[in-house]
Amino acid sequence: MAPPTAVTILSSFAHLQVVPNLYEFISSAQHKRRYCEDVLSTSPISPGKRSLLPGGGALFAGSLAQRSKCVTSLIAGGSKQSRKPAAVKLLENFMWRRTAVIGPLLSNRLAVAGFHEKGIMSRKLHARRIEGIDKNIWVEFTQLAADYKAVNLGQGFPDFPPPSFIQEAFCKALNGGFHMHQYTRAFGHPNLVKILAKFFSRIVGREIDPMEDILVSVGAYQALFCTFQALIDEGDEVIIVEPFFDCYQPMVKMAGGTAIYVPLKPREGCGPALSSADWVLSPEELASKFSPRTKAIVINTPNNPLGKVYQQEELQVIADLCIKHDVICISDEVYEWLTYDGTKHVKIASLPGMWERTVTIGSAGKTFSATGWKVGWAMGSGHILKHLKTVHQNSVYHCATAAQEAVAVGFQREYDLFGTVDSYFLQLPLHLHEKRLRLADCLKSVGLKPILPQGGYFMIADISKLNINLTDPSTKDELYDYRFVKWLIKEKGLATIPVSAFYSPEHREEFQKYIRFCFVKEDSTLQAAEDILRQWSESK
Amino acid sequence: MNLLPIFRSAPRILQTNRFNVRTLSSCKCKMASLKHKNTKRIEGLDKNVWVAFTSVAADPSIVNLGQGFPDIPPPSYVKEGLAQAAMVDRLNQYTRGFGHPTLVKALSKVYGKVYDRQLDPFKEILVTVGGYGSLFSAMQALVEEGDEVIIIEPFFDCYVPMVKMAGAKPVFIPLRLKSPATTSINSADWVLDLEELASKFNSKTKAIIINTPNNPIGKIFSRSELQAIADLCIKHDTLCFSDEVYEWLIYKGHEHVKIATLPGMWDRTITIGSAGKTFSVTGWKLGWSIGPEHLIKHLQTVMQNSLYTCPTPLQEAVGQGLLRDYELMGQPDCYFSSLALELEGKRDRMAAMLRQIGMTPVVPEGGYFMIVDVTALNQDLSHMGDEEPYDYKFVKWMIKEKKLAAIPVTAFVGEDSVKQFEKYIRLCFIKQDSTLDAAEAILKSWNKS
Repeated sequence: MAPPTAVTILSSFAHLQVVPNLYEFISSAQHKRRYCEDVLSTSPISPGKRSLLPGGGALFAGSLAQRSKCVTSLIAGGSKQSRKPAAVKLLENFMWRRTAVIGPLLSNRLAVAGFHEKGIMSRKLHARRIEGIDKNIWVEFTQLAADYKAVNLGQGFPDFPPPSFIQEAFCKALNGGFHMHQYTRAFGHPNLVKILAKFFSRIVGREIDPMEDILVSVGAYQALFCTFQALIDEGDEVIIVEPFFDCYQPMVKMAGGTAIYVPLKPREGCGPALSSADWVLSPEELASKFSPRTKAIVINTPNNPLGKVYQQEELQVIADLCIKHDVICISDEVYEWLTYDGTKHVKIASLPGMWERTVTIGSAGKTFSATGWKVGWAMGSGHILKHLKTVHQNSVYHCATAAQEAVAVGFQREYDLFGTVDSYFLQLPLHLHEKRLRLADCLKSVGLKPILPQGGYFMIADISKLNINLTDPSTKDELYDYRFVKWLIKEKGLATIPVSAFYSPEHREEFQKYIRFCFVKEDSTLQAAEDILRQWSESK
Repeated sequence: MNLLPIFRSAPRILQTNRFNVRTLSSCKCKMASLKHKNTKRIEGLDKNVWVAFTSVAADPSIVNLGQGFPDIPPPSYVKEGLAQAAMVDRLNQYTRGFGHPTLVKALSKVYGKVYDRQLDPFKEILVTVGGYGSLFSAMQALVEEGDEVIIIEPFFDCYVPMVKMAGAKPVFIPLRLKSPATTSINSADWVLDLEELASKFNSKTKAIIINTPNNPIGKIFSRSELQAIADLCIKHDTLCFSDEVYEWLIYKGHEHVKIATLPGMWDRTITIGSAGKTFSVTGWKLGWSIGPEHLIKHLQTVMQNSLYTCPTPLQEAVGQGLLRDYELMGQPDCYFSSLALELEGKRDRMAAMLRQIGMTPVVPEGGYFMIVDVTALNQDLSHMGDEEPYDYKFVKWMIKEKKLAAIPVTAFVGEDSVKQFEKYIRLCFIKQDSTLDAAEAILKSWNKS
């Protein structure tokens, strides 16, 4: 049996024997390249054959891609037969005949080589919309933290339990009759949307309709997904403020949009930027990012990873631009209850002219320290929310019933206790306030420079003054913060997250000197982290 | 005068001439509504049969045999499993994105046995928000503009909007009643015309969706039928999305065959399952996709960019439930078989009730729905106008006049097949005895009012 070579791979494309036009051939060629990459990375073909295939496959795919690129530019004008220049038609004829001749010959050889028998598909597999969005830092870093059994201040979730009243509510719900285990209203369990409407009407200062203005989703994550899918078309621009929660960029990309970045930067001339309040947007720079193609701007307040809580004046600048350019504001406010030092969380949707153009995203997971429940919501004017509902009803349709019931009970309790000392929304930030200060002090004492967050779960720290010799060859091509984080996990058993992951590919290199810590952890976890850092500092 | 061009160009005027925005406030509102329209991908996908009929469920005076969910409780060990999981601190926080380890390992055990193959829990399984979420992930991952997807009628209604949202074109082929109508029809009498099926495949066909047992008919595709479909998939190099959420609800004398186990099919099939249907907990919204790594990895990409992870305590409970029933597989008290036994009685009872008043039920081989031909009732609905197909009118009339709810079967077919199916309505029989008693009472007194 002849070993598979570059040429035998061609026969897997034998069905290309009849290619009516070059355009189809080219686009399928590009797809073949992707297919090659797909199958070669996961093919069940035995190692011996595999070593031949990748080289061969890549060679073939590479040359085909090259060829397809130059021909594509030739036919850039259009695919209509009549509009093709003579040169293209000649080339098309040549390629068609070449494939037709090679095809039958090759299919025999491939069949002999056993390629077809594996039942592997010979056509392009994945859709273009998921190109380039397969990598994800959480998958990599949570695995690493687990492998090294590191003290985990990386991923953002509490390692203490949710409050007992919410756990009790969940137990009550799941014992509450058969309907708690069956489908509920698709756009949100009635008890939940009613209390959310009541609760937030009071805060936003307007009557929110529970059935029209709210969509319950599988975590805030899915609310964001519905928002982008519902409102962002191919060619739309979306302004993203950096640093940003990493999912915004791939979601914009998957919706066919173009992300336009604008960075938060330490305020000029105020000395070392020790608080997240010192990181600001330049109004002129922000204004310059708006164009006729701008469909939306995404803000996250309190911000992950920085912890910045936007002040009213800052939100007003953004609001003015949204109104001027008729842009939708997507406001991710999952950490809305976690503000410190008396900082007030302001909802941009409550500013004049903003309710009708804002989608506000919230999370029960962050609100009640139960991230594993995956209950979130989008809130906004019905004329926009209805589009999110269409996405929702064609993607997951319903969210789990019992969890929604429990969250509803939780919100009713908080509605009744709002502003009092028993309110969880007051107790949690008070509880975390101390942990935040404690971690900041510890980081300072070992030479890291933390930026004290005004809100949220996280604190970033500047690692540039540390001068560590990072000699791990497996990370040598990565950015400094990635290398440092991996070193810290492997050598010291402490897990954090590199902040450049929250920046655009264009700006990542400028921000590789920060790492992110999550302080929403039990005291024992923070103590363990402190011990590691102290030991390290003492051994220097 | 056409004001649209003015509104469209207003943003540019604002930018270049630096107007004071506040003086154009009325203009702003109209501008806002123009730019806030839906994206192309969801154009026309807002309507839905359930929106029309589920509000009915809220009215307690109506006997609801419409929407497909049990009004019988789930098995107690499943509920207890959830209560226990919720008590464990870390099970209230995020778990692994592609599926909670306890659950994916349990799935690989159960299905490893069913498929008779080693399933990698981390690479060949994805946990999703219900079977619905698996369908969506598969569609978004693998289907796009320019593709065609073959759908067998009648179909679970979400297939079409999902195919459209992925930018592809649905191509329909109906199941046809092979024998002339007699008093005793079952779902096996509904078959595909294989020549017709072959004619639907072409070079653009990216996938075919099959649903076995089928909703609404209850047909279980036989091995030879699946082989014919498999042959076409292999010949035309297409994918197969096999929606098998009712896989355990198989009645006596019938066998559920997984198309992924046929030669040449594992590498091109995504098989979808559902905890909601398996354990009678539709409100838990957990499902899974099983398939080869080179396909599942793309569904995982969609998952990590759409909702990232499913709820943890629910996954833990389903995992524990599966492990318990894995030990009992093949025995009568395995829930996978005991539920089917319980439902078979209800199925037969419902068929008898319907026959008694002259309707012709199609007795299903599997699943928990039954479609029934209402022609013999001779119900004149001409007063309800011509806009809707007969079955829609019949169901609305029946809800109003008889206080009994069902679902019109043409909700599950494309436009071209409406005439063929408009005499059928769908009834759900996974209901407790008191519900079935109430339905029986309504049917018995049908001709009296």
